[in-house]
Amino acid sequence: MCDTCGCNITPGNKHLVEADGKLAKTEDGKAAVDVLHSLLHENDHQALHNREHFARHKVLAINLMSSPGSGKTTLLEKTIQNLGDSIKIAVIEGDLETENDADRIRNQGAPAVQITTGSACHLDAHMVHDGLHQLDLTDVDILFIENVGNLVCPASFDLGHHLNVTLLSSTEGDDKPSKYPVMFRAADLMLITKSDLLQYLDDFDPKAAEANFRKLAKDNPVIELSAKTDDGFDNWISWLKDTLALHHEKLSNGETMRPAIQADGVELHAHQHSHSHAHSHDHIHDHIHNKA
Amino acid sequence: MHELAICQDIIAQVEQIAAQHRAVAVHRIQLDIGPLSGVEAPLLEAAFPIACAGSVAENAELKIEISPIVVSCRSCNEKTAASANDLTCKKCGNWHTDLVSGDEMILKRVELDT
Ligand SMILES: Nc1nc2c(ncn2[C@@H]2O[C@H](COP(=O)(O)OP(=O)(O)OP(=O)(O)O)[C@@H](O)[C@H]2O)c(=O)[nH]1
Ligand SMILES: [Mg+2]
Ligand SMILES: [Zn+2]
Ligand SMILES: [Zn+2]
Repeated sequence: MCDTCGCNITPGNKHLVEADGKLAKTEDGKAAVDVLHSLLHENDHQALHNREHFARHKVLAINLMSSPGSGKTTLLEKTIQNLGDSIKIAVIEGDLETENDADRIRNQGAPAVQITTGSACHLDAHMVHDGLHQLDLTDVDILFIENVGNLVCPASFDLGHHLNVTLLSSTEGDDKPSKYPVMFRAADLMLITKSDLLQYLDDFDPKAAEANFRKLAKDNPVIELSAKTDDGFDNWISWLKDTLALHHEKLSNGETMRPAIQADGVELHAHQHSHSHAHSHDHIHDHIHNKA
Repeated sequence: MHELAICQDIIAQVEQIAAQHRAVAVHRIQLDIGPLSGVEAPLLEAAFPIACAGSVAENAELKIEISPIVVSCRSCNEKTAASANDLTCKKCGNWHTDLVSGDEMILKRVELDT
């Protein structure tokens, strides 16, 4: 990967290569290489390739994250029913085990690929890439990636998606944004799900949940909804439609949406990638897969 | 437990760098990690020996520097220290802030025996 596209050379170590190839020496005589890459450089590189897959098919890719059982699959089932033929959905399902969630999506008439991660508690860009090769994106408008139910690990991995939607169900407690700041800081939209249960849960205050979210310096929207009663569901559907329209507008200007929060390394690398990686545009289905 | 996956990514990068410079061994690996990166330094340290076993970095020292959480206020322009779950401006209390430091997860430097 890096040897192919030259992205090992960063602003931080460029001078080392340009000079006569000699490396700086540390006090104890070791050769020192300044790298300044994201710790997930390999993953981020794959994520950029995934983003090119999406761009080629004009697909909007949304990563759904939450703790187990917050209602991700139910939200998708209902969303597919609601949109009918107007907006075409496909889903990549990530779970430790079982095909259950992909089956539920297929029962709604939408294509779905199940990725079973075994022991991995998150999806990474390579797994999503494998999933992409089992999906025909030709007529798809929105690809949802349902991440493994987990409020910690999935937030660290760029999958090449455009937006993160983080679900917080009313049964989990309104303090979750404060307990899992990394996850909620990554959210482009926070959905408070199972709002039909709020009437039975006197200790979940949606206002407090929102305040805890704002304390993470988040000005992103918060939508409260129920997949059982339809309460608030229209707001979610309009957000999706508006977002899809914005995505198309950006694409026509040659831009791409990116999740609100991206690690420094991702941006560092993206910069390198843009002018060193033109090869990837003509090898969507035949590039070498580097799995670490 | 994604720290092992992250360690494997680090080792893959370090192996490439070592090969490029024809290093016989990796002496030290330096990382910068912020509390908001989602990466836990102790877990990374625990996973490191497993990930680097048998690689050119087998005997390398892993040095992790934790960067502080600092925000810059959009309202009063002040830069203040903050905590992971409260990124509001400590001077004026506004929550419209930008993170200046605290979400780093960077492979900063590799020291090689050449
Ligand atoms: N009352 C109520 N229950 C809901 C709602 N949405 C989902 N549920 C229930 O919550 C449970 C878990 O829902 P799922 O959609 O499977 O949750 P998930 O996030 O996909 O779960 P994992 O994929 O296992 O992490 C199911 O029993 C759903 O019927 C809702 O809006 N209201
Ligand atoms: Mg599910
Ligand atoms: Zn490449
Ligand atoms: Zn201020």
